[in-house]
Amino acid sequence: MSQNTPRDWASHPRYISPDYKSSRLRGVSRNLVEIDPELAELTGPAFGEEVVGPLDYDLTRNGRVNGEPLGERIIVTGRVLGENGDPVPNTLVEVWQANAAGRYVHIRDQHDAPLDPNFLGAGRCVTDDNGEYRFITIKPGAYPWGNHPNAWRPNHIHFSLYGPTIATRLVTQMYFPGDPLLELDPIYQSVPAESRERLVSRFSIDVTEESYALGYVFDIVLRGVNATPVEA
Amino acid sequence: MAMKQTPSQTVGPYFAYGLTAQQYHYPHSQYAGGCLVSERTKGERIRIVGRVLDGNGDAVDDAMIEIWQANAAGRFDHPNDAREARPLDPAFKGFGRFGTGTMPDNSFRFETIKPGAIRDGVAPFISVTVFGRGMMNHAYTRLYFSDEGDANASDPVLERVPADRRDTLIATRNETATGVEYRFDIRMQGDGETVFFDF
Repeated sequence: MSQNTPRDWASHPRYISPDYKSSRLRGVSRNLVEIDPELAELTGPAFGEEVVGPLDYDLTRNGRVNGEPLGERIIVTGRVLGENGDPVPNTLVEVWQANAAGRYVHIRDQHDAPLDPNFLGAGRCVTDDNGEYRFITIKPGAYPWGNHPNAWRPNHIHFSLYGPTIATRLVTQMYFPGDPLLELDPIYQSVPAESRERLVSRFSIDVTEESYALGYVFDIVLRGVNATPVEA
Repeated sequence: MAMKQTPSQTVGPYFAYGLTAQQYHYPHSQYAGGCLVSERTKGERIRIVGRVLDGNGDAVDDAMIEIWQANAAGRFDHPNDAREARPLDPAFKGFGRFGTGTMPDNSFRFETIKPGAIRDGVAPFISVTVFGRGMMNHAYTRLYFSDEGDANASDPVLERVPADRRDTLIATRNETATGVEYRFDIRMQGDGETVFFDF
């Protein structure tokens, strides 16, 4: 019998987390309707190396115009796993983030901090046979936002992943260890206490490269899939 | 070894230059957008147009919609669908993505084909996933077609949906000067809240 493991609602935020103001009018308010997954939910888009540019894993290079981007260079790596612990190979991982000053390239971001002409802040790569991905980037800065007085987002990198089916789709954010803004951030705090720390990367001296960049490890666990191809 | 799922977080307001860069004219590549078809794609050309409405009924201008669908023969382009009797269409992958921040009315738009029913006894449909600023988790729904009344009436998934909410899943067909258009507004909250699924 083909199936996806259920969405683990004890691990995820609620749709409406009132401290995160914009969830109040945008979160699903009625109960979800449970359905048995069929082919539509046991399949999904598969994108691989064909959609990844040669420099897209390296955000310190894929947006260069006339020099190196400013800020602290870091390496972010980890494994993408299913809930059963098996690696998820050959799946697309996409990231986007603010620059070192806490400013996004996005036109809506009007924070009074400099744009960096040599940093786009978007990248992608594909996991290898062991489910591993690796990015080189600039450590993103914190930035203010309008959620409440003196609100600041902790340093974070946005992640988007597919996994093997539409059920395994995940969009999340990676944070950095020891960030004092985490306990004040309603988006991070919307996650149940016991699963929150899964969003915090860990510093690794093994990933750190001498005279080059600090290393952070962020493993990502998707819903599991146990699917047998449907033949007829 | 059993692992625990990584929690979801909102896609935030700034996904556009990472996930839908060309639609928003940012200097980054984009591999899936609002047009799923080419001249060679088999099937009836349709356009899907809709908005994402918040609890006040206002159209959200920073949501992102993804669609996933079978081809005209009712086959998914994925190894888990190995039904050789239903041919794959090399000119149709079945996945699209569109942000709601580029059209004047904050709509999403997909140029695609009407999918075939994926098996006997079910109505044709398109899987729709909604992301957005203010959404801590993405939400899954389905788009069914208003001109499939008989098939919709006996569809096993629609039967799971309370009768008074089924019409939130039915896109309305209109014949326009520029082709067949289906209207599918997604209401996040309130009267007529769209049915969202867990599976």
